Parts: sequence; C-alpha cells; structure tokens
Amino acid sequence: MNPSAPFLGKDLVGLGSLSAQQILSILNTAEPFKEISERRIKKVPVLRGKTIVNLFFEASTRTRTSFEFAEKRLSADTVNIGSSGSSVVKGETLVDTARNLEAMRIDMVVIRHASSGAAKFLAERIPSNVINAGDGSHEHPTQALLDMLTIRDQCGEIAGLKVCLVGDILHSRVARSNIYGLLALGAEVAVCGPKTLLPRGIAGLGVTVFSRIEEAIQWADVLNVLRLQLERMEAGFLPSLREYNQVWGVSCAKLERAPKDVVILHPGPMNRGVEIDSDVADGPHAMILRQVTNGVAVRMAVLYLLAGGAPDTAEAAKGGGEV
Amino acid sequence: MNSRLLIRGGRVVDPSQSIDALRDVLVADGVVAEMGERIELPEGAREIDAKGLVVTPGLLDVHVHLREPGGEHKETIASGARAAAAGGFTAVCAMPNTDPVVDAPAGVGFVLAQGAAARAARVYPLGAISVGQKGQGLAAIGEMVAAGAVGITDDGNPVMDSGLMRKALEYAQAFDIPVADHPEDLGLSGVGVMNEGLTATRLGLHGKPNASEDVHVIRDLLLAALTGGRIHLQHISTAFGVGAIRRAKARGVHVTAEASPHHLILTDERVEGFDTDAKMNPPLRSAEDRDAVREGLADGTLDVFATDHAPHHYDEKERAFADAPNGIVGLETALGLGLTQLVGEGLIDLPTLIQRMSVGPAEAFGLPGGTLTPGSPGDVTIIDLEEAWTVDRHAFLSKSRNTPFDGWPLKGRAVYTIVGGVIVWQAAG
Repeated sequence: MNPSAPFLGKDLVGLGSLSAQQILSILNTAEPFKEISERRIKKVPVLRGKTIVNLFFEASTRTRTSFEFAEKRLSADTVNIGSSGSSVVKGETLVDTARNLEAMRIDMVVIRHASSGAAKFLAERIPSNVINAGDGSHEHPTQALLDMLTIRDQCGEIAGLKVCLVGDILHSRVARSNIYGLLALGAEVAVCGPKTLLPRGIAGLGVTVFSRIEEAIQWADVLNVLRLQLERMEAGFLPSLREYNQVWGVSCAKLERAPKDVVILHPGPMNRGVEIDSDVADGPHAMILRQVTNGVAVRMAVLYLLAGGAPDTAEAAKGGGEV
Repeated sequence: MNSRLLIRGGRVVDPSQSIDALRDVLVADGVVAEMGERIELPEGAREIDAKGLVVTPGLLDVHVHLREPGGEHKETIASGARAAAAGGFTAVCAMPNTDPVVDAPAGVGFVLAQGAAARAARVYPLGAISVGQKGQGLAAIGEMVAAGAVGITDDGNPVMDSGLMRKALEYAQAFDIPVADHPEDLGLSGVGVMNEGLTATRLGLHGKPNASEDVHVIRDLLLAALTGGRIHLQHISTAFGVGAIRRAKARGVHVTAEASPHHLILTDERVEGFDTDAKMNPPLRSAEDRDAVREGLADGTLDVFATDHAPHHYDEKERAFADAPNGIVGLETALGLGLTQLVGEGLIDLPTLIQRMSVGPAEAFGLPGGTLTPGSPGDVTIIDLEEAWTVDRHAFLSKSRNTPFDGWPLKGRAVYTIVGGVIVWQAAG
C-alpha cells in the first residue's frame, strides 16, 4: 500500500482536476530533474525499491519509452506490459489485470488505454498510484505538462500567452489536457481544425475556435500541431490528406504571414507533409525534440511527487536517499 | 386459496373512470367484482385494510428487458416478474431482444410459459419486427400475435430501413397491435456513448446528438401518417421529439409514446466521473430536454411512464464507460421515483402519474387491465404514499444492481401487488 502523496493525491488522472498551484509545482519540480539526463551516469536513487508497471493497452513508442527512462533513471524497478501477448488478449478484464498486478505488490501503474475514463476507473479500484499515460480522447496529462514546460522554457511565463491547438481536437486527449492546463495557468487557448474534428460545445471549455489556420497563425504565440490519425480519412471526417495539408497543414509559407515568430510544438509522431511540413518541423521555431527531452524530466517529477516527494526538496533528493 | 378479496377503505385512484375517492374494492374469481362506498365483507372473503393507503389499477410497465433466454445471468423472466411485483407492477411487456430473438411463435410461447410459472407480475411478450431483429425481412408477426404477442419491436436494434418500417406499420394493422420503435439513426449516433454536449466534450467521450433520435421520431410519425398504422415511440428523451409528437397527435396520427424515469429526473451531467450506471440509450440529455419530457408526460403527449428496465451483470458494467453496456434497472425504483420526484415535486399530480402507469399503457398496447371497472382483471396495486425508504440496490429482487439511484431517499412505495385477485407481493412489516 502506498500512502497518498500529500502533494498531488494518490494519482495523476488528468489536469482537469488539478489546481494552477499543483500544475506549476510539477513544472517547477521537473526543472532540477532535467539535469539528470545530461549526466554521464544517468541514475539517482530517488525511487530505489519501488516497483512500477507500465500497462500499455494501446501501442506507444515515445510515451512508454519516456516513462521507462524516467523510472529507470530514478532507480525504480519496472515491468512493461502490452496488450499483445499478455492476458489482456486472453479476455481478462482491466480490473482483473490490475488486481493481479496488485497482488504482486507493486507501487505504481502507468496506464494507457483506448477508453476515456480507464485511468480513473483503475485508480478508484487499486491502492497503487495510477498515472494516466493517455485514456481514449480524455486526457494525457504528462504530455500537456511537457508541452507547457517546453513553452515555458521558450517563452518564459505561460500566463497571457496565446496557444492554439491545431487539428483533430475531437479525438485528442492531448488537446483536452493542454486546454485544462493552459487555462489553469492563465494562457489564452484556441483550437483550429475542420469542424468535423471539433467536438460540439468546445467553446464551452473557454477556448476560442478558428476554422482556418491562417486566422490561428495571425493570433497565436504558440501552435501545438496535433497528429492527424490516418484512420480519420477512412471514417469520412476528411476528404483527403492532401486537402488537409493544403487547408490546415502548417507550412513555412503560411507562417511567413504571421506578425511574429510562432513557436511550434508537436506531440509526435509526425506525419510530415500532412499536418506539418518538413520546413516547419526542421525549422528554428520547432521545439519538437525539446518536448521529448522535457518529457523525461516531467515524468520524473510526477513519479517523484506521487511517491510522496515534495516540490521543494527535489534538488536535494537527487543527491541521494529515497522518497 | 382466496377466491375473494375485499380491499377496504382505501383512496381509490382510477383515472380510467376519473375516480379519486374513498372506496371499497371487491375482487372475486380473478376479476374486479365491484367498487363502492361500502361493500359488505362476503362470507369467506379475505379483507385488506387499506385505510390511509392508495388503491390503483394494477400498474403496467410496457418496456422491460427480462433477458431470458440467453442472458439469465442478468435476469430471468421469473426474477424480473418478481422484481416487477415488488415495484408495484402487475404486468410487464417483455422486449424480444433476447438470445435467440423472439421472432417466432415458439419464443412467444416460451415467454408466456415462464411468465405464468413465475406467479408474480403478468408477462406479456412483444415480438420482433424483423427476423432476428436484423432489419431485413418481417418476422412472423401474425403467428406471434396468435401465440400471444401484444406488439412488435426491434428495440435494441433500431429499424434503419424506412421501407421495412413502413411495411411493418402496414402489416401490423391486420392484427391491431402497435409497432414500437426505439427511434435512433445509427449513422448519426456513430460511436457515441452519451449525449453530445459539453459534458461529453469535457470527458472525451463521443456524443450522440439529439438529432439522431429526432430524425427517426419524425420518420416514424411520417410513416404512421402515411400508413395509418399505430406507432409507439419508446423512451423519448428530447425536447424536439416531445414537440413533434404533440403536433402529430393534434393532426390525428396514431402515436403513443413513453417517458422513462431517468430521462425525467437526470441529465447528462450525471455521467461526470464516468459512472457506467448513468449510461443508457437514449442517453441522459440536457436539462432543457428533461424539462420538455416532464412537460410531455404532464400534458399527455407522452402517454406512458415506462422503465426500460435493462438489467446487466455487475461485471459487465464494471468497465470503462465506452466499453460498458447501455441500460439501468428500473422496476423496483420507478414508482418511488415517480411519487417522490414527479408528484412530490409538484410536476404532475397523483392521478396523472397513475394514469400514465395504468390506463395509458393499457390503451397503447391493448392490454387487459389498467382499470378497476367491474369485470376487468383483478389486478390491483396498493400504495403507501407516506412510507419513506432508501433505494438499496442490494435489496433488489432483480438479479441486477445497475441503477444510478442507489442511496436515493424516496417517499412512497407499493405495499400490496395483487394479480388476478392473488397477492403476489406484500411489503414486509
């Protein structure tokens, strides 16, 4: 049994339920952890003796690897479980899978699942800390945290910035977590995409809605360009990738008309030539690899805080001793 | 064997005769024998003292899923009939979306036989509209009616082919039965799992717009007008749907319609937190829709208060929201919810609620009962309006526990349920 972390609570299910203070403190806690990944020996004993299961019911390369590096660099013992080749394909339910893991006395579960609400569902049923690594179209809190850390690195303060999420908002957990987190920190947030991919009532979350990328570019300090899942074409949300690229794709030609330099984020994996052109992805304002680097630090911070660490002792914790 | 039962001194609320007065009711040989201000106790008759209680025609629920055959882990006809009796219902209509589907006379006979063996509420079978509820050829409608089916429906699998729906509405007229439809355009519903709107957007759940229901409500009304058939629209949940039915009735279209307790009481905000006991189809809608459904029930646009009792095993609901099945149980909470949340809150009066649970459904499906006129079935519900109780899902006689109303404090419940002059359920104490 893990004691509830005093700072974040037992779990990180989403940013929608966190205060600005909690979000800021995660970002601040991530700062000292950045440096660990730059060392020759990338390991500190913060989570020594903790057992963490990465339970990925959906395929993931970046997020799973990032969590695994974060866990290992903090000296946790980790096990990865994917849906193929596990008991999941044998028909075991989510809750039974989790209870069986629990019976092996684990401390934390990092879960990715195709169904919205799956992380909360699990968190309510097992005493281990649960970290949401993406649940359906609901939330992907660590992605939004690393996006915000990257924005802050680049722009300084988040409060007052104009950030526009571009693309498939309807199916995007990254969009929702960014909206909740950025609004909590005082940014202005917009979304831009074809109306078939904007959820109804999205303005009710407190965001501006642009239907044309040109308007978004005029307005924004930061564009967070979402991946366009190729399945959306088959499902009839869009006529073609080419048309999507022409109308909503982010290119240098479109960015040149912006009144200022626009910072470009992308949560990956990119479809070059679809939602983002290579001249942008490889250009000077793209922070895409910085996001990936920051992802490890943010996940270390979340693991540390859920394990009971305090934001202001993160620097000291790196030097030795366990949480 | 009590062949005669005198219900003494209760407040009789019988909307079929516009009666709301203190009366004695005598049930003899399975039928209502007499109602009067003072009836002498016949020799050998049993007497129920109904002083301070409300005596109504046996309540009817025309929309229940009893799951047998094929889903006996959720409910059986026997457990469902007992749950109905405990909820004050003397008869229910069983939906045909079982496994196998009731689409032929043998299935109808099976449901009737299991229902009779339960010795609880009466069970009237509905048959499928289409073979296997697959939406292609018409099922054996005439044979099913001959075997005892009281109507037809593909509830659970909306009839997407409007041509087939037209044929059903035409063909059924020979048998004077209603065609009941779950109005939903599956193309518009898409992968939706709850009402489309801000709550769905916030939770990252796919939504079904009101239009997915409204399009088929309008279609069915047009087809009923075209064919002169009898359409019964199930569980109406939208403001537009209520208005469309109201206008169609004014034009003389043969339409009856239902409201379900959950659509009258809850809104889609109840899904917040991903509670699978708030997942049903049609989904919980906005407050504006809920208010319109209330208005429709009050003014008679919606003729019937029906539960859409949809039991599911707890393992099936114990899943992420999108992966859980639709539906909630309703038989044992409907009357208490109606009395507390609708009558108690002043949205409708007691005779109106009883009307929508007795003569309203009886007329919609041509069922015997729904009235205490002499000669009608000896089906009576006796209600204690003052009894305060708390919904406890673990106390249900239903085999399933899936309700969003667990723990709700309610006032008013059935204390006797009498079917054919026999007490099939009596409250403890």
